[in-house]
Amino acid sequence: MVNFLQQVVQGLGSGAIYASLALALALIYRFTGIVNLAQGEMAMFSTYIAWQLVHSGMSFWLALPTTLLISFAGGMLIERIIIRPVEGAPELTVVIVTVGLFVFVNAAAGFFWSFLIKDFPNPFPGGALNLGGVQFGYGTLGILGVVAVVMGLLYLLFQHTKIGLGMRAVSGDPVSARLSGVRVGRILALGWGLAATAGALSGILVAPLLFLEPNMMSGVLIYAFAAATLGGFDSPVGVVIGGLIVGVAETLAGAYIGFVGSDLKVGVPLVIILVVLLLRPQGLFGRPTVERA
Amino acid sequence: MTARQVRWARWAGGIVLAAAALYAPFYFVPFWNFEFSLVLVYAVALLGLNLLVGYSGQISLGHGAFFALGAYATAVLMFRHVVPYPVTLVVAGVLCFAVGFAFGVPALRLRGLYLALVTLSVALFLQPFLKRFGSLTGGSMGLTITKPDAPAWTGLAQDQWLYFCALAVAVVSFWLVRSLMRSRVGRALLAVRENETAAEVMGVRLAFYKTLAFAWSAMLAGVAGAVYAWVIGFVSPDSFTVVLSITLLAGLVVGGLGSMSGPVFGGFFVMFVPSVSQDVNEAAPGIIFGLLIIVVMFVAPTGLAGLLRRLARIRK
Repeated sequence: MVNFLQQVVQGLGSGAIYASLALALALIYRFTGIVNLAQGEMAMFSTYIAWQLVHSGMSFWLALPTTLLISFAGGMLIERIIIRPVEGAPELTVVIVTVGLFVFVNAAAGFFWSFLIKDFPNPFPGGALNLGGVQFGYGTLGILGVVAVVMGLLYLLFQHTKIGLGMRAVSGDPVSARLSGVRVGRILALGWGLAATAGALSGILVAPLLFLEPNMMSGVLIYAFAAATLGGFDSPVGVVIGGLIVGVAETLAGAYIGFVGSDLKVGVPLVIILVVLLLRPQGLFGRPTVERA
Repeated sequence: MTARQVRWARWAGGIVLAAAALYAPFYFVPFWNFEFSLVLVYAVALLGLNLLVGYSGQISLGHGAFFALGAYATAVLMFRHVVPYPVTLVVAGVLCFAVGFAFGVPALRLRGLYLALVTLSVALFLQPFLKRFGSLTGGSMGLTITKPDAPAWTGLAQDQWLYFCALAVAVVSFWLVRSLMRSRVGRALLAVRENETAAEVMGVRLAFYKTLAFAWSAMLAGVAGAVYAWVIGFVSPDSFTVVLSITLLAGLVVGGLGSMSGPVFGGFFVMFVPSVSQDVNEAAPGIIFGLLIIVVMFVAPTGLAGLLRRLARIRK
């Protein structure tokens, strides 16, 4: 039983990381209706920026906000330069552009920092909190805490600020929002900036656990997709819960289903995506889209 | 030019191209025959991808997985000498068709986006999967097979024979897809791409045609994979990473979505851009492909094939 709970705790830890990247995906989806396939690579690039800052002597806790700011600006810039020209184009075009972004950012990171793996400092202390035999690693607790704080901040931003009101208006109906005087372009750029920031955070959280290399996030991206599909792409709370469920499911499947083991764990998100699509395509907390033909 | 002259010019161009394609293996050294065989292999895979992305408006980020499935099916059968090698082509095609159909059913009931997600995760899943069943697939070491030799009556060298095999498969595949697109099914697919709602109202069964397009497209990728295994004589999990899937998509986008010549240009791209630019820098192929995808989508969504067509129209 203790072992089982231990696995659950561990799963929650990785689930929180998936949730933070999934939040980034969901943010962009809510505003623009597209899924940014390059989200994971953008997060990886942000992590390299943090690594570079720490490596050149900056303390981690100063490098973190600096990286987040750079990521925010970078996200807005990408929206302006790369996404704006294809705004309103068919979905296929936009998806292909994000694939291009994926390839480009991945290669750019390899170009600047080479494809060799790098060590990334762990911001959290190594020990663990022992509760009834179950070890709550400080790292796991830290990750859960950070993701909870991010979710809380996003909630406050959306529900209790004027910008948030504008953002909700744009995600509801861009045309009406524009007619009521909301600067839609700015809001969309802001959405990309926020998503890049949330992504950067997930990259920085995951880097000490995996190793920092240009392909670090491609696996995480799939878990984040599964999380967002399971929770429902349009529900931020659902996405976080989805992330936690995916994390726990993956850890338990790896530990208890002999056939899966640690190498085939990457099949778990695939199965989750397929099952959700078959049984409840809008996800657990999402609203089904109703179209007037 | 009048319409008649255009038709003559087309015929003449086609004959010259066909003659060049047939004469090439006698002119070039074996290395180039090998490279050109691979161009043809990639062209067939891209033809399949084009059927999906260009003609039915769905997106797959995992076509490398079907390519790998076809290659592995072929390699395993040939390694164990189960069947004569031409049969592997059929097995690879049928297997990929079935798997594509099975994955298409859940993914295609929704919008193209989910197909991209599912196919991407299939591509990521494939490598550990291949390594796991090492007794069948040779694990991370892969499988080395004896390349098929030319029958004695042809008097051809192995590289020339394999080139002609690839050429034959490519020609038949192109002819099949061309006929398909001119049939009732092709018109249904185009209708789905242009406007799903309108197509449905006209009586096109969306889910059925989308799933079918995906299965065919997977089948062509599998057939290409089979020829790949013949030509290379070796398969390993590391030959079929996610990068392959994304490179295929990139090649198709640059070559030209939704045209018959796009996959051929794309085949050259997939083959030569990485190998040429790799010499400059390890990251160069990715940077070039990434930039090209974005720029092409901005300025020339129909790719190289579309640009050439536009040029021809201006000259007129």
